[in-house]
Amino acid sequence: MKLPHVEYEAPTTVAEAIDLLAEHLDQASVLAGGQSLIPLLALRLARPAVLIDINGIDELSGVSATDGWVAIGAMTREYVAEKSETVARTVPLLAAALPLIGHEAIRSRGTIGGSLAHADPAAELPAVARALDAEFVVRDPSGERVIPAARWFEGYLTTSRHPDELLTEVRFPTARRGTGVSFQEVARRHGDFAIVGLAASLTLSEGVISDARLAFAGMSDVPVRAAAAEDLLVGERPSTELFDEAARRATGDTDPPADLHGSSDYRKKVAAALVRRGLREAADNAKERQ
Amino acid sequence: MVDITLRVNGATCTGSPEARKTLADFLRDDLNLTGTHLGCEHGVCGACTVIVDGRAVRSCLMLAVQAAGREVTTIEGLAPDGGLGTLQQAMWDSHSFQCGFCTPGMVMQATAFLSDHPDADEQQIREALSGNICRCTGYQSIIDGVLLAAERNRER
Repeated sequence: MKLPHVEYEAPTTVAEAIDLLAEHLDQASVLAGGQSLIPLLALRLARPAVLIDINGIDELSGVSATDGWVAIGAMTREYVAEKSETVARTVPLLAAALPLIGHEAIRSRGTIGGSLAHADPAAELPAVARALDAEFVVRDPSGERVIPAARWFEGYLTTSRHPDELLTEVRFPTARRGTGVSFQEVARRHGDFAIVGLAASLTLSEGVISDARLAFAGMSDVPVRAAAAEDLLVGERPSTELFDEAARRATGDTDPPADLHGSSDYRKKVAAALVRRGLREAADNAKERQ
Repeated sequence: MVDITLRVNGATCTGSPEARKTLADFLRDDLNLTGTHLGCEHGVCGACTVIVDGRAVRSCLMLAVQAAGREVTTIEGLAPDGGLGTLQQAMWDSHSFQCGFCTPGMVMQATAFLSDHPDADEQQIREALSGNICRCTGYQSIIDGVLLAAERNRER
């Protein structure tokens, strides 16, 4: 399967890229790492008239920590974030998820912004962004707008980015002291898309859970938070009984999709098991970070 | 058509591929380096893995024009004198492969991985090669070959 005919633009600044997007709008696809878009082209599932290749825009790459936030440029490659000391220290949930994305050769090219703009609901990064309430910075010719993760993911492979907007940066909040994390997933092979994935973060203050965040991958057409379970957890002390009840509440009213990898019921059972495992690991991890 | 210049296996190469041409097709069709194999052509099988600027990448998921200015190593570049490198010899000795279709991708992925992780254990090697599909061997002989290469590298 060769790629279809397509015009090609390779801007070297964000300003040029935005001008090109404004010109071509939804006829254009932004090419970042290409690890999702190129297969879509090969399979004719995407037929853009123009590819706007942002690989040559240096200002879109990099990891920087500011007050309470870590900003990651949209073109930052996954392996770079995976090796980043800043990410490991300040956004441990992201650091836990990164090695699970695809395979090594995929992470060589794949980018943080690309995965989040592609918005596959079974992928790791959307669940992490949703769990942490990350912020998405998009730019169009008139300026910048910041979109919270709760409003970024609109549906299967669909985000609230307008056709004339370029995702330039994703900001993750720095983990507070006493925060433990876990990324859990069940896949047939390492590197495959998860049948179900879970991003979990617990913050403990003097042994009591002060903040709980749970987001599922693969359970809906967008990454979803388990709000009922989070509400239950806050104010309590970690225990097996508590985590069992959280698993019930997290999965009680879900209606996950069925496919050849698993039925809806199977996904629900896996999800509940992942909540129990994830909370246990996050709680142990939080005790180490007091 | 876009004019590009890149380094392939240590030599400077030029070409004028269409933008839609993948690096894999450019290597095979324009540079006649047919050692890089194409299996699925959409990033699933790993057969087309090459090394770009020191990192393993899937050459079917990278455009040729994106390789401009880069240093590309293919299976042909591993043993330029016609002999076998340490990894290749170890895989030969371990009877790693049968039909040979996945071989270039496996060898390139393992080459990149061993240069970053010379002390890798079996589990890490298995994980590193999990994106490369082999339909003959059941993988054990491939893992054995990479482990043997790591051991021989350490002895040298």
